[in-house]
Amino acid sequence: MRRASAAVAVFGAALVAFAFMLLPVVALFTHQSLHDLLHQVTNPVVTDALVVSFKTSAIAQAAILLFGTPTAYLIARNRFAGRSLVVTLVELPLVLPPAVAGVGLLVAFGRFGLLGSTFDALGIDVAFNQAAVVLAVTFVAAPLYMRQAIASFEAVDPNLVAASRTLGAGPERTFFRVVLPLARGGLAAGAALSLARGLGEFGATIMFAGSFQRVTQTLPLAIYAEFDRDFDVAVTISALLVIITAAILLSLKLTALWPSSLRSSRFLFARSISS
Amino acid sequence: MAELAAQLTLPLRSFDLELALEVGRTVALVGPSGAGKSSVLRAVAGLARPTAGRIALGDDVWFDAERRTFLPPDRRSVGLVFQDFALFPHMSVRANVTYAGAGRADEYLERFRISHLAEVEPGELSGGERQRVALARALARTPGVLLLDEPLSSLDSHTKAAVRVELQELLHELALPTILVTHDFDDAAALADEVGVIVDGRLRQLAPPQELVASPADTFVASFTGANLLHGVAHAHGDRLTLVRLESGEEIYSSDAAQGDVGVVVYPWEITVGRVHHEQVDSALNVIRGEIRSVVHVGSRVRVRVGPIIAEVTAASAEKLDLADGGIAVATFKATGTRLLPLVR
Repeated sequence: MRRASAAVAVFGAALVAFAFMLLPVVALFTHQSLHDLLHQVTNPVVTDALVVSFKTSAIAQAAILLFGTPTAYLIARNRFAGRSLVVTLVELPLVLPPAVAGVGLLVAFGRFGLLGSTFDALGIDVAFNQAAVVLAVTFVAAPLYMRQAIASFEAVDPNLVAASRTLGAGPERTFFRVVLPLARGGLAAGAALSLARGLGEFGATIMFAGSFQRVTQTLPLAIYAEFDRDFDVAVTISALLVIITAAILLSLKLTALWPSSLRSSRFLFARSISS
Repeated sequence: MAELAAQLTLPLRSFDLELALEVGRTVALVGPSGAGKSSVLRAVAGLARPTAGRIALGDDVWFDAERRTFLPPDRRSVGLVFQDFALFPHMSVRANVTYAGAGRADEYLERFRISHLAEVEPGELSGGERQRVALARALARTPGVLLLDEPLSSLDSHTKAAVRVELQELLHELALPTILVTHDFDDAAALADEVGVIVDGRLRQLAPPQELVASPADTFVASFTGANLLHGVAHAHGDRLTLVRLESGEEIYSSDAAQGDVGVVVYPWEITVGRVHHEQVDSALNVIRGEIRSVVHVGSRVRVRVGPIIAEVTAASAEKLDLADGGIAVATFKATGTRLLPLVR
């Protein structure tokens, strides 16, 4: 008897937890009719924000991959004094409040910041334009990729790297033929995480880049702007972001199932069941 | 065929590896784990940088501390077979073998009888198959030096015997300067022309295997070659004999001269085992009577432990004498087959 009531209690707790997590997401799609929702998607505020978000995220992601990958490899493959300090610094933006990140970016790259006059002399203007959005997104999202990339590179068996070298391959060939393919799954997961984080970036962007439609107003900033003006638009953008981030999460789950080689990908589904 | 000459100092965690080797054919390095054997291979391959010395294959200098020469691994003509084989898990067998260059890949796939596995990935191979792939891959580069790290250790005992014979033939056929590392003296003796015993980073003795057995430089080398090693205190005894009182209490004789603490070395195959000892008909001076503690079959031979000492007899004699755990037996051996060596701690 007692056993049965315990089972009911556990089941009930799980039900409450699931409902609590799921309801806000469901409500975003039930707040207005599907017809209205689809209609709102064509609203210029929404399409502009979509374009700004996709463009800045794409550039930021490219910068993260381009600069982050070699940096992560360097940190993963070398043992040097102060290494853990470097790793901590890389991770710092993860825990930094976004508002602090925004102020930090301002006093570093803003007109009156550390590099302001240098940027001025070079003709680079990062005040309240898309370059500022890219900087903010990169700063906040990069650590998620870096952490994962360092861990993925560290997980590659050093003996495989050594074997490649003794087989006549130089450092570059070794990196592209052995290290990169073996770390690929982890790198993709890191990229997905940082992409999702970058798309949701709010605090640092609004402080450093402002919220100007068609220029710096990303999807999260548009939600905030429409919150007082047209609540239905805010809900529509929120629903859109749910779909986009859910798609990223789903692809992340799939990359986790990625075998080290595409050749064995025929086992993908069988493996997902057994694991 | 160019010879490999390596003379190097390489700091390891708890000691410096320091040795000099001239490798014309196959040299086996044996020693306990952690002795620095694998580090020798890493240094020769260019995966570790010694602090002093010189490594050269013929006129081709790979490392010279004085001239600050250090060629990276990819510029040394070397084939290294790793202990865990280090096959690329994301590539097929063929891709692994062609990694070093497509040139002779098919020939080596054929040579090692792995053509039918060409499209398989390493994860699906057995230990023996993996080893053949690793060998094919290392040799496909047609290296001037072959380095083998514990080539037989990850194989089960059944596969091991067959692979040892294959490896023997291969090394003979290749006639390359080869350094192979193993912790098993029998493997070393079977595969190598010369065996070097390394302990704590130093080469204790480098000689053909039969010479290591016949005249080991110290007790460590002796015990590594499979000899019984007993401890005792030696005193000169008349008749140009030395009397040794063993730690276990027995007294034995040796024709070697020694005084004080010594290691007593006797090979198992020089010891006869009986149920009783006939002093009148046996010239052997040394008699140890004791309980039979273990009887282990090793192929056609049987290793019998009598008291503190291990003897090797044929399976037939073991059966005839009905040797079994717990019985009493007598181990006898000659004073001339009893080596006295300084103790190495």
